[in-house]
Amino acid sequence: MKTTTKAVDNGVNVQALLDAREALSEAPEATKFTWRATCTWVNGTHSQSTIDGFFGLGQEQRHRTEFTLEADHPEVFASEDHGATPVEIVLCGLASCLTAGVASVAQLREIQLHSVTAKLEAGMDIQGILGMDGDVRNGFDGIRVTYDIDADATPDEIRAVVAQSQKRSAVFDILTNPTNVTVQVN
Amino acid sequence: MRTTAVVIGAGHAGLAMSRCLAERSIDHVVLERGEVANSWRTERWDSLRLLTPNWQSRLPGRPPGEEEPDGFRTMPETVDLIARYAEAISAPVQIHTAVTSVRRTGQGYAVSTDRGVWRSRSVVLATGACNVPRVPALAAALPRSVVTVTPDRYRNPEQLPEGGVLVVGASASGTQIADEIQRSGRAVTLSVGEHVRVPRAYRGRDIQWWMDGAGVLDERYDQVDNLERARGLPSAQLTGSDDRRTLDLNALTAAGVRLVGRLVGLSGGKAQFSGSLPNVCALADLKMDRLLDRIDEYAAESGLEDSTHPRHRFEPTALPTAPPLDLDLRSGEIRTIVWATGYRPDYSWLDVPVLDRKGRVRHDGGVVEAPGMYVMGIPFMRRRKSSLIDGAGDDARDLCAHLASYLDASSEAARSAASTRSRSPVSLPRLQGSAR
Repeated sequence: MKTTTKAVDNGVNVQALLDAREALSEAPEATKFTWRATCTWVNGTHSQSTIDGFFGLGQEQRHRTEFTLEADHPEVFASEDHGATPVEIVLCGLASCLTAGVASVAQLREIQLHSVTAKLEAGMDIQGILGMDGDVRNGFDGIRVTYDIDADATPDEIRAVVAQSQKRSAVFDILTNPTNVTVQVN
Repeated sequence: MRTTAVVIGAGHAGLAMSRCLAERSIDHVVLERGEVANSWRTERWDSLRLLTPNWQSRLPGRPPGEEEPDGFRTMPETVDLIARYAEAISAPVQIHTAVTSVRRTGQGYAVSTDRGVWRSRSVVLATGACNVPRVPALAAALPRSVVTVTPDRYRNPEQLPEGGVLVVGASASGTQIADEIQRSGRAVTLSVGEHVRVPRAYRGRDIQWWMDGAGVLDERYDQVDNLERARGLPSAQLTGSDDRRTLDLNALTAAGVRLVGRLVGLSGGKAQFSGSLPNVCALADLKMDRLLDRIDEYAAESGLEDSTHPRHRFEPTALPTAPPLDLDLRSGEIRTIVWATGYRPDYSWLDVPVLDRKGRVRHDGGVVEAPGMYVMGIPFMRRRKSSLIDGAGDDARDLCAHLASYLDASSEAARSAASTRSRSPVSLPRLQGSAR
């Protein structure tokens, strides 16, 4: 057993999250969120997405500031490389979601984190997106995430935090389970 | 017909409660839709044996049996255990009496059956947690060529068509059924979500012996961190057999069973599986190791190091390199799907508003919020062992004490209301925590 001399602080307000869970169990309709993004074509494969408002807790919400995200493809795809490729942004989404979970779960379990780094790798056979072989899927053939974590905990406790983070991750769920996607044209 | 307490269900839980009521001379009846131990007689597969060793059937007032303490009862032996127990305690069971409704009345409850109405001051719901198999909604869209079966109707592999079988769910039922179907020569694919991995034996002793001794099974509902989660856990991957073998995913893989992730969708005739298999296995391995750590601690503290084998750890769950993410159910490869996806209780006859939005009885350690109503024999109701035959005794003793206090307090209130026409509030003593 570790002796804690000072309070564990990973910068996550776990109490607020626990209070919210308690309050929301009385108001299930407030748990319905809608996330949004707007993407505008710039030129070639370059596009710019903006993220601003979302809906949750029964009303419209705004980020503190509008965020923008550039996406493009690298020069080997004969593109101008103005931003990360969309598939790389997906990896970032997964990594950020899991890492936020690691911090929250560690806080809840009173484990002080010192550093957390995730390295991600995903394989893809571009025969799929190039339409060369219909049997090859467009997307990743798998995603490998490797964490390096320095924390005041045993290796098994750290593994358990990472496992729990996957269990509660939205992006992990989105990537591992099917989702209906509907695309319309106005 | 009038009585003081009506117990609904003559399984081990209802009978244990009957025994405790009798000890307190509380007049009662036990209503049973079929025979004593009905579900054990009619809703179990042929090869099933209890997951707990024979010694772990310590029902209140049950005379010692002659069985081998470390063996595992077959279903006929389990039925015999419960039927003999009912006889031994002279339980006032009225068999072939199906309850059709339970309603509040001024003084208590009206329990309607297909053989008349009982009026009572209290009611104990002992109908269990496993009344109706849960089947995912997507089952409705399966290709017609696929035969489906739930564990309450499954008997043995021979009842299934030849050909591949998809077993959905890796709890005790799913793993046991997958194993015997694979051994029958049908290729089994097992869809694995969150599961509880435990070895049958550890350090030369049965896992139940360790959990019993270390107090794991006595953990109380008001002492666990996440009760909702503890109550929702699937049954541990255990099987009762003479060779005391462990039936985990590694054993199934060795037997030739193919593992895939949790079944999450059905699209264009294809079953879709989650890519979360590595994580659910990691979670289960870590959880098992935490249990073994706790057992090792207990062994060290209790001087069991010399009388048991040395501590060790089991191999992590071996994962297939690239488990399939979908399976075409129209190709003929899969002829049968077994839904080992759990059960839910059926309270369709309960006309008292005590159910939550998911159809579960709202209760505090078995004390239902409707006065004088109690529930028995559901997962982690008062203790981790609440759903075990061995757990019914402690729960029944606690709840019977509460029930007796309720009867006393409500009689007292009725008397004082009659004599003074004032309304005394009925206050009940809090249940004493009987931490191990």
